[in-house]
Amino acid sequence: MSERWILLKRNLAEFWRVFRRNRMGKIGAFLLITSLAMAIFAPMLAPYRPTETIRDANGRGLTFAPPSVHGPLGTDDAGRDVWTQLAYGARVSMAIGFLAGFLSMAVGSLIGIAAGYFGGWIDTLLMRITDVLLVIPDIPLMIVLVAALRNLDIGFSPIFLLILVIGLLYWTSTARLIRSQVLSLKERQFVARARAIGAGHGHIIRKHILPQVMPLIVANTVLIISVAILLESGLAFLGLGDPTQPSWGTMLNFAFARNAITRGAWWFYLPPGLAIVWVTLGCTLLGNVLEEILNPRLTSHHLESEAGMVARASVESAASGT
Amino acid sequence: MIAPDRWPITERPANGTAAPLLRVRHLSTDFITQDKQVMHALDDVSFDVRPGETLGLVGESGCGKTTTMLSLMRLLPAAGRITSGEAIYDGVDLLSLSESQMRKYRWKEMAMVFQSAMNALNPVRTVGDQIAEAILLHGLMDRQAAERRVEQLLDLVGIARSRKEQYPHQYSGGMRQRAMIAMALACQPRLLFADEPTTALDVMIQAQVLALLKDIQADLGLAVVLVTHDLGVVAEMCDTVAIMYCGKVAEYGSSDRIYNSPQHPYTQRLLEAFPDLNRPGESLASIPGYPPRLNALPPGCRFEPRCHKRIDVCHTIAPKLIDVTSPTDRRSSTTRHVAACHLCEGPEIAT
Repeated sequence: MSERWILLKRNLAEFWRVFRRNRMGKIGAFLLITSLAMAIFAPMLAPYRPTETIRDANGRGLTFAPPSVHGPLGTDDAGRDVWTQLAYGARVSMAIGFLAGFLSMAVGSLIGIAAGYFGGWIDTLLMRITDVLLVIPDIPLMIVLVAALRNLDIGFSPIFLLILVIGLLYWTSTARLIRSQVLSLKERQFVARARAIGAGHGHIIRKHILPQVMPLIVANTVLIISVAILLESGLAFLGLGDPTQPSWGTMLNFAFARNAITRGAWWFYLPPGLAIVWVTLGCTLLGNVLEEILNPRLTSHHLESEAGMVARASVESAASGT
Repeated sequence: MIAPDRWPITERPANGTAAPLLRVRHLSTDFITQDKQVMHALDDVSFDVRPGETLGLVGESGCGKTTTMLSLMRLLPAAGRITSGEAIYDGVDLLSLSESQMRKYRWKEMAMVFQSAMNALNPVRTVGDQIAEAILLHGLMDRQAAERRVEQLLDLVGIARSRKEQYPHQYSGGMRQRAMIAMALACQPRLLFADEPTTALDVMIQAQVLALLKDIQADLGLAVVLVTHDLGVVAEMCDTVAIMYCGKVAEYGSSDRIYNSPQHPYTQRLLEAFPDLNRPGESLASIPGYPPRLNALPPGCRFEPRCHKRIDVCHTIAPKLIDVTSPTDRRSSTTRHVAACHLCEGPEIAT
């Protein structure tokens, strides 16, 4: 047990050593962590309640007020603080992004592993379904589905509905990625050995296949989360979000619908837009770097460090020579 | 129901000799290629394995040694099909068992040592964990007992107990192979298949691993099927030998007979191709040509195109197995000596 712990610590230390030197990774982590912090600490960061109308000394609502002492990012058409909405919107956007990302990863991994491991007609069936989903454009399909399911009135909250639709539709690339990895893994000899000791399919998948595709799944999840946040923003902008719990996409929708753009109220539409860019950029950078570190085939860091050592040695010898 | 033995290559067990643990008769396996061609990888393979004895499966690459073993473990790749034959293990025909019944036999009754230990071990799990895997899988012990069993097994193969928490890449090549042997013994099987267990190792470690296998076999009374193309290993390890050529058994007999009076031209050539310590300067024989492709087999004897003793009949008629057991041998050994060659004289083995 202690040996295992030491190995885990060593692996983490190794991970940190590579990660620390990667500027893109650090930027990505910073962007993502600040967004998460905003979502978690929203009540502390926001000076008002999200639905509260700010009034001036005469008791009149401050509508479309530019950034001032009343609100750091101004107010919207109903006199509500934009900064407060942005902080609370982070909660909705991030929650939908993460949950939909995890759901899509789970579905994609399950389908990818089943298709790759079992092969034959299961593979054919699952991959044809994947192909069909792959050629239908995501956004129109999701719009139709969300709208239709809402009209059915099955009692799902709009946010839950968004999570479900994004998670259950956006798994095709993951499934294909995992499938290709499993196709190669299942031909490895330790899988043959596992069969030889009398292991069933469940045991082999759980103990031998899953641990090997896990790094791929982890790296891909971060990338999928960014896509899920983007999709949610798009759908919410088109009016499919929950107006009582505005996400960043819903804020953009409000800004657009209430003529913030023609009125020149940039403080109303720029912050949510930038926030979406902020968090998706963070996820993308972090995901790429994680993929690079966790996927041994993409690593080049040992070559880099050697080159560094050579360069340093030549500098030192040059320094000692003079 | 078990059919009576139609191919009595072993005499009825006399007093003191055990009945075969595994009796393979007329085993045939085909591979179907992607363009639907049928490759006859095994054709009518028969042999016996008795408790405490080692059978050597010898032959060139591609002659069906590994296919035989995988057929018996029922672990053939998806393209492989067992088309006929029976494999009676302790009174049960392995080839007629359902997959879930077969899973109970794997490792608990018959275990395997793989050729390349590096590939057969999962790189992301500890060695101890993987040895315990089979024990836990078959529900033989609880986790704590399994841990102790792993330690015993590591003692047995000469690996320090503390190394069970290490990963395969932290082991040397020889240690990995020994760990594979420990793993094979985990569920106390009665039959061990060893698929070229020493080919990936250097000569020193090879000798170590073989000595270990031999010791363990003697201690535990295991029956071993040793797949190899190294005749030196066969001479050292095996009681009986089956020389395979192109999916067929060319010659079968006690290793004493096979080495001292080989009857099949292929066996003779094979032995001549092996360096003799008593005649160091002599150049070695080689067998010209290549084995035929499995989808373009010659109509007669499969060895005919390469045979130095071929006669006309070889080209057209496939030889039957001939009993060439000498009278003296018949008294001393229970294993008959058979060869599939038109030049051999003796009674044909009834099919």
